[in-house]
Amino acid sequence: MKKLVRFLPFIIFISLGVIFYSQLGKNSQELPSALVGKKVPDFKLVSLVENTLQTNSDLPKEAYLINFWGTWCPACHLEHPFLNQLALQGVTILGIDYKDDAEQARQWLSEKGNPYIDVLMDETGVFGLDMGVTGAPETFIIDSNGIVVHRHQGPLNAQNWSTIKGFLK
Amino acid sequence: MSHLYKCLAFSCLFLITLFAVNSMAEELLTFRSELNQTRYQSLVEELRCPKCQNQNLADSNSSIAIDLRKQVYLMIESGKSDQEIVDYMVARYGEFVLYRPSYSSATYLLWYGPFAFLVLGLMAFIMVLVTNKKKVRTSL
Amino acid sequence: MLPEIGQFTLILALFFASSLSILPLVGYWKKSLILTATARPLTLIVACLVFISFLTLSASFLLDDFSVLYVSQNSNSQLPIYYKFSALWGGHEGSLLLWALVLSAWSSAVALRLKQLPQEIGAIVLAVLGAVSTGFLAFLIFTSSPFVRLLPDSPIDGGDLNPVLQDFGLIVHPPILYMGYVGFSVAFAFAIAALITGQMNSAWARWARPWTAVSWAFLTLGITLGSWWAYYELGWGGWWFWDPVENASFMPWLAGTALLHSLAVTEKRGVFKSWTVLLAIFTFSLSLLGAFLVRSGVLTSVHSFAADPTRGMFILALLVIFVGGSLLLYALRATQVRSSIAFGITGREAWLLLNNILLTVLTLTVLLGTLYPLLFDALGLGKISVGAPYFNSVFTPIALLLIVFMGIGPLSKWKNTSWNALWRPCLLALVLSALLSSALVYFNSFSLMAWVSLSVAFWVLFLSLLDWLNKISLGREGLLVRACKLPRNYYAMILAHVGVVVSLVGVLLVSVNSHEVMVRLSPSESSLVAGYEFRFDSMEEVKGPNYVSERGQFTVFKDEKQVAELYPEKRFFTTRQQVMTEAALDAGFTRDLYVSLGEKLEDSSWGVRIYVKSFVRWIWLGGLFMVAGGLLAALDKRYRRRVEVA
Repeated sequence: MKKLVRFLPFIIFISLGVIFYSQLGKNSQELPSALVGKKVPDFKLVSLVENTLQTNSDLPKEAYLINFWGTWCPACHLEHPFLNQLALQGVTILGIDYKDDAEQARQWLSEKGNPYIDVLMDETGVFGLDMGVTGAPETFIIDSNGIVVHRHQGPLNAQNWSTIKGFLK
Repeated sequence: MSHLYKCLAFSCLFLITLFAVNSMAEELLTFRSELNQTRYQSLVEELRCPKCQNQNLADSNSSIAIDLRKQVYLMIESGKSDQEIVDYMVARYGEFVLYRPSYSSATYLLWYGPFAFLVLGLMAFIMVLVTNKKKVRTSL
Repeated sequence: MLPEIGQFTLILALFFASSLSILPLVGYWKKSLILTATARPLTLIVACLVFISFLTLSASFLLDDFSVLYVSQNSNSQLPIYYKFSALWGGHEGSLLLWALVLSAWSSAVALRLKQLPQEIGAIVLAVLGAVSTGFLAFLIFTSSPFVRLLPDSPIDGGDLNPVLQDFGLIVHPPILYMGYVGFSVAFAFAIAALITGQMNSAWARWARPWTAVSWAFLTLGITLGSWWAYYELGWGGWWFWDPVENASFMPWLAGTALLHSLAVTEKRGVFKSWTVLLAIFTFSLSLLGAFLVRSGVLTSVHSFAADPTRGMFILALLVIFVGGSLLLYALRATQVRSSIAFGITGREAWLLLNNILLTVLTLTVLLGTLYPLLFDALGLGKISVGAPYFNSVFTPIALLLIVFMGIGPLSKWKNTSWNALWRPCLLALVLSALLSSALVYFNSFSLMAWVSLSVAFWVLFLSLLDWLNKISLGREGLLVRACKLPRNYYAMILAHVGVVVSLVGVLLVSVNSHEVMVRLSPSESSLVAGYEFRFDSMEEVKGPNYVSERGQFTVFKDEKQVAELYPEKRFFTTRQQVMTEAALDAGFTRDLYVSLGEKLEDSSWGVRIYVKSFVRWIWLGGLFMVAGGLLAALDKRYRRRVEVA
């Protein structure tokens, strides 16, 4: 018994070591969204394209992406061509123009192309707050039941899309 | 402003008088009451900025921290309770934003662990003393 | 050429260090004096080689050799010369080289004072230190070489040192902190030697004690400097954030403090032998764990280095080899013999045991809080944060309990203390401290917690004073003579304990009596904070060596009289395109005035944070007291004697 007690520090340390090992290489910065498993929160936003008020009932019925972007965001410039590509492949993307100026956003879309089925204006960032957005670009994957299944922070690209694609059903 | 005793800022109502500052300059945030200001201060210190290395809302200058500070301010001034504000943040950003983890079965070990260590330690202390006392007797 | 020499000497050092970790042990095994005698020269050779390697890297920095990748990432031709030198340890690779250098410095210090030890013990101690060196040198060479070249396309200029690090703090904080961290490997090596030779008598405790005291003093100074640096550099006036990396330095400090005390018991009384060995291993393990947490990227911190899983893997392997290996050795070899020495409930042994238990509980508390998010995530429960509010509510009460006993402990005597010698001074101190703190709290309307903490602080002060008076009132010589005759160790203890109290008072007063405002100020406007009028005079552009800065001028008045001029800055570092807030402060014994620029608002007004912080200097002053105590303890005459019998 006494002898076993002396092994206790060793055993505790080894179990800690296993836990450290399992955490190595994980991105400690990555923060899963608190909305995963929930419906998209209620909103009333104006569409940039049609200038009409949109609510949750106007959301797509199939699986789709919600992409937060803004003309002020450098990484969004990098991401945009890839979004155009996704749109061509038939992926439904709803854009949220986050804390941005409507006029500049329209110009951006006419210059760079519009991958979105619709773009909603979130000038004050209230909807962003409700979605738990911490910056742009940020992309949410919504399944065909209207449930948030995944959130990706930072630009989408060919590499990370291969894993994110799996959520889109 | 991260002090060992910061947690007490709340309970310590006397503190409010210390914040009474008749500033000639315009304060960046004006509160309806001094209590609100104290509440604001302790909330932004206990909430973690969700996109920073490891900083609270009060200390971070990132844009999300500024937005969230503003949200805390608006909610306080519109009469929301601290619990409502905390719930609001957790619903959007997860438990991650709480520097004071909430009590749950998964955090019992965290909250009661130190006191369990203390009890175990004191028990060990007493055990050593008791066995030692026997030894003192036998050695006499 | 220089970087190649540096790399080459590093490889040579690895070769010699690995021989160092094997030959003396083989010598001990085979009873070969020739082999054990290699320990000393090998240690000195390794130290010289690492030193040469360090010098070549310094030269690359000073000569602006941007063909070296590490130099190009962390330096710039415009960087002032003293930062060019300290930039060496501004990144992962260089700081690891500094670590290796400090380790070899400690090892050579041991090697040069080897005559104090029986030969075989000395050889094993050096071999263990050699093994630790081998681990770190291999880590350096295989995953983090600072000598990698960028050829032929070497950049014309470097990417510059992170602006946060361009400060006096970077010059002094890491080397001193590492002296502390790494110094505990000496106590560790002694403990391992005791386990290997099976000589867990009080001799090893006597040898390890001065080394531990010096490392502890360095670690205390390192932490104090770090806290002071964070306070003035980060711009929001906090001095401790309970950040994982800070905790990583605080845990070895707590364990090291326990070790210092338990070494005393083991040396003087020969009890708690295996516990002291375990504590030495524990302290060293926590230093290594700190290195792992900072360098592997498993935790998010303001201070951590760029994360890299390969490095994390390597250092985890080191951790498993050293910590796992030594804990296993401990489990197998720690003596089963119960010590035959008895002591009473009131004996000093019992008080020191209580000290050790409470310090261990505190260490485990910090460990639990620091690792909990990691465990939580590993179990798939999601992400949580454990921060200041947690530590404040859990750590503080236990720490106060420890400080209460810290007051009583010194009154006790070895073996047994008469109750009379304990309760009289305790009662007197209790009454005095309660009255005094009540008066202070009454006049300043502080909180309950402030009352408790102040009482505890006075309690320790009065008890120390009473004990001292009691000690010098015995005997025939004059008071002064008797005061001088008390051993250095006694004064060392008093100094360190008073240091804790001074820090406690600082911590307490700055938390209950700090004033903070965020205001919008235009030039010539002023803001009144805690009786001080801060007038924003003007804003001007200033050019620094590698930055341009917008500098505000503030004049501070109290009762119409000018007390300070403050120049807070917003610096824009051109190479890194980074803005840094440089707070301005006027330090004082009883208060600091602190101004930090926020955002520039419309027209010419600025958001300004103004703080008046009471007694904040005391926190670090207390730290300096503790450092002095630690050094004084190490200087005690008893440690200079040679050991006659092995």
